[in-house]
Amino acid sequence: MIRPEEGNRGLRLEEPLIFELDTPGAVGVDLPDIPDAPDRLGGLARNGPIGLPRLSEPRVVRHYTRLSRMNYAIDSGIYPLGSCTMKHNPRLGERLARLPGLGDLHPLQPDSTAQGALDLIDACADWLRALTGMPAVAMSPAAGAHGELTGLMCIRAALEARGDARAKVLVPESAHGTNPASARACGYAVESVPADSSGRVDLAALTDRLDPTVAGVMITNPNTCGLFERDILEMAQAVHAEGGFVYCDGANFNALVGRVRPGDLGIDCMHLNLHKTFATPHGGGGPGSGPVALSADLAPFAPLPWVLRDGGGWRLAEHASAVGGSPLGRVKGFHGQFGVFVRALAYMASLGGDGLRKVAEDAVLSANYLLARLDGTMTASFPGPCMHECLFDDRFLRGTGVTTLDFAKAMIDAGVHPMTMYFPLVVHGALLVEPTESESKETLDRFAGLMLRLAERARAGDAAWFREAPVHTPRRRLDETRAARQPVLRWTP
Amino acid sequence: MRYLGLTDADRRAMLDAIGVGSVDDLFVDVPRAAWLDGPLDLPGRRPEPAVERWFVELAERNLSPARAPSFLGAGAYRHHVPAAVDHLIQRGEFLTSYTPYQPEVSQGTLQSLFEFQTQVALLTGMDVANASMYDGATATGEAVLMALRVTRRRRAVISGGLHPHYREVVATHARFHGFAADPGDPAPQGGEDLAARLGDDCACVVVQNPDLFGHLRDYSALAEACHAAGALLVVAVTEVVSLGAVRPPGAMGADIVAAEGQSLGNATAFGGPHVGLFATRDSLVRQMPGRLSGQTEDVDGRRGWVLTLNTREQHIRREKATSNICTNSGLCALAFSIHLALLGEDGFTRLARLNHALAARLADRLAALPGVSLLNDAFFNEFTLRLPKPAAGVVEALAERGVLGGVPVARLLPGAGLDDLLLVAVTETVGEDDPGRLVAALAEVLA
Repeated sequence: MIRPEEGNRGLRLEEPLIFELDTPGAVGVDLPDIPDAPDRLGGLARNGPIGLPRLSEPRVVRHYTRLSRMNYAIDSGIYPLGSCTMKHNPRLGERLARLPGLGDLHPLQPDSTAQGALDLIDACADWLRALTGMPAVAMSPAAGAHGELTGLMCIRAALEARGDARAKVLVPESAHGTNPASARACGYAVESVPADSSGRVDLAALTDRLDPTVAGVMITNPNTCGLFERDILEMAQAVHAEGGFVYCDGANFNALVGRVRPGDLGIDCMHLNLHKTFATPHGGGGPGSGPVALSADLAPFAPLPWVLRDGGGWRLAEHASAVGGSPLGRVKGFHGQFGVFVRALAYMASLGGDGLRKVAEDAVLSANYLLARLDGTMTASFPGPCMHECLFDDRFLRGTGVTTLDFAKAMIDAGVHPMTMYFPLVVHGALLVEPTESESKETLDRFAGLMLRLAERARAGDAAWFREAPVHTPRRRLDETRAARQPVLRWTP
Repeated sequence: MRYLGLTDADRRAMLDAIGVGSVDDLFVDVPRAAWLDGPLDLPGRRPEPAVERWFVELAERNLSPARAPSFLGAGAYRHHVPAAVDHLIQRGEFLTSYTPYQPEVSQGTLQSLFEFQTQVALLTGMDVANASMYDGATATGEAVLMALRVTRRRRAVISGGLHPHYREVVATHARFHGFAADPGDPAPQGGEDLAARLGDDCACVVVQNPDLFGHLRDYSALAEACHAAGALLVVAVTEVVSLGAVRPPGAMGADIVAAEGQSLGNATAFGGPHVGLFATRDSLVRQMPGRLSGQTEDVDGRRGWVLTLNTREQHIRREKATSNICTNSGLCALAFSIHLALLGEDGFTRLARLNHALAARLADRLAALPGVSLLNDAFFNEFTLRLPKPAAGVVEALAERGVLGGVPVARLLPGAGLDDLLLVAVTETVGEDDPGRLVAALAEVLA
């Protein structure tokens, strides 16, 4: 066991596991006396202790405060994690999500007592309908991958409704891993589509694979190379001609918001990551929210519940019998990530239609600026312009003995969170940089300067220094092989 | 515009550096036909106070359970969340970080997830837990999918006492994933014979404890029957505070526990975000969905944590992954953990006993009303009343009197002939006068 005071270096703090801080007799919550009442547990009372540690409130606050300081965050600096859209998270949303009458609403209180909440869900959907140019949005999916699965279910339900069960989904090889995983979870076989030399889906290869067994194609646009799929209209036309649907992974919508509507690109179905484009906090791994925009053909199959308005005001339609369409069923408990809707709607309302357009423009401008500053020293995988993120591969490190991983760890030592590394898989040793619209030019310049200095240092033959990095972090490189071979997934006394 | 980092001068200089005349030149790959040439027909930007006013107006059109006697449960429970929880989860280092892909600068998140996994394993009585799912319903759906993988069978037996939202999520998976979900009829008065529905095609039996109607049951015999038939027992828990008083599923022989963790640390928030808990046995861990934080050492031999067993996951295995889940409920899991850390062994068990005692007292008072009967023998903090009138109308009438009196079973199970049943939940947030107000209002409405 490590004592709290052991290993501290200035403001670099060590902290034991909370289980190692157990203090018998301590408690962090005062509770009222328990009224007398006979036990009605039917002989199923817990026998024996649970084993939870006992701590006072000050010790708990200190524990988590100390842990928090071992994390990098957007609040601390640029977080250029490609495909993740780590933009500033406005704190207004945090305040509003906690308002009495919003944060404390119960999902099953009568509709008559939740008219403002239902209005809010529809207002959020309405913004998303306008921004996507699509007629319906299913609000219940809990995150991006959940939205993908839900969207594919809508496609499958629509196909089945016309007696046209199909077997497979086409997925470009540059797609996020969630795409093939979602297709599989929806019962489809997955067939990969190669990229062409420009980093985009090979239209001819796609067309070759289209036939009446293809339910749809999962496009990411802009794609994970940060490039707009120029042939999107032709692709959509080809897919539609074969009776299939076009799914778009909306993880990269930040490049388009307010400037291009996916509905105008022939897309039938697209999820939106509210925790990316719409600035809700990612929280170290969620919660997210993944509403799915749907075409008129797919809308009748949207999952339950639906928020409907009639003469009496807003109502939640929670059962198939209460709606006009053929909903595919339920994908989540209750009505979606309401608390995330509050934050996303506050963000959209703050920026307005004009501000959201500026978001896309600034995000694209910032990525292109980094591309221009870095290409030549680093090796861009594809010529610009890029969209909201720029992709490099490891050719600039060839012969230096420095890998993409080493390069990323050296960035950490310089106080910057690395870009996404080794993704997408279509280029070697990928470095995918997404600056977002939140950063100032000064920050972008400092970031570019750092990348250039590191690239020069790698070329100067300082591989050993890179391999040592990081050294200025709470922990240095961790043994991932050991973690996987001998899994220790919980504390034991 | 307050959220944008660039000034007009920056934009000009950056366009020059790129060597283009305007930002339009960066969108040239977008087909010209799809360009929006001006802002959409949407409201313009608004300052903070204006946005805040709008949301306050929306909030005021709702009846806040904090301002009314509230007895709502059925899968979401209002508990007191200590102020420290809300403060700590809003620290930017937790709030504004991503999934911990770079462990050297994510030890705070990774250690707290490791602690969360341990807490969940302890509460449920299981060996190991993951770093969270979206919610209890989706965790239950994933539990069934995992049972199909483990047993290589294609049928799941679903108890009629499983929360209908959970059952419906499983049914959705069944339809699209291609397996048989075999749901039982709701049995508000018990008498369900689940063991009789086992068979050599059965991957798992899914039950809930306490069940939808609040009944507590011992599933030990069912677990044995499942194991004898080569099936897994999946136990769902919608009210995790019950585990402070009730024997945990692990002690009854459960193979997978799928639970809703909202009760600890998280607001009801009109249904989300909540936090799914997922726990299982050591032997099944490689079939588990979701992220896992695992202990290891750094190059200097110091203890640290990383995301591990990634070869189960979509970013490595793509279509062969155990689940498509990526983003889960990290911050809600943190809130859960902090609340449970504050409670500790003594606080948590005391909170559970307090909830139970308050519920037991109210159940007897309500059951004493003319025409009202209590269906439960054994329950935790929620029970089912049979009313002499349809419960939906009663709940509306109570709401008109400013009381959120419970959830009509028919809201969750319409057309099941259960219109006269009302679910009533009691937590420590119920004020001293609230039970009396409910009793009086219900007497008036039923009169």
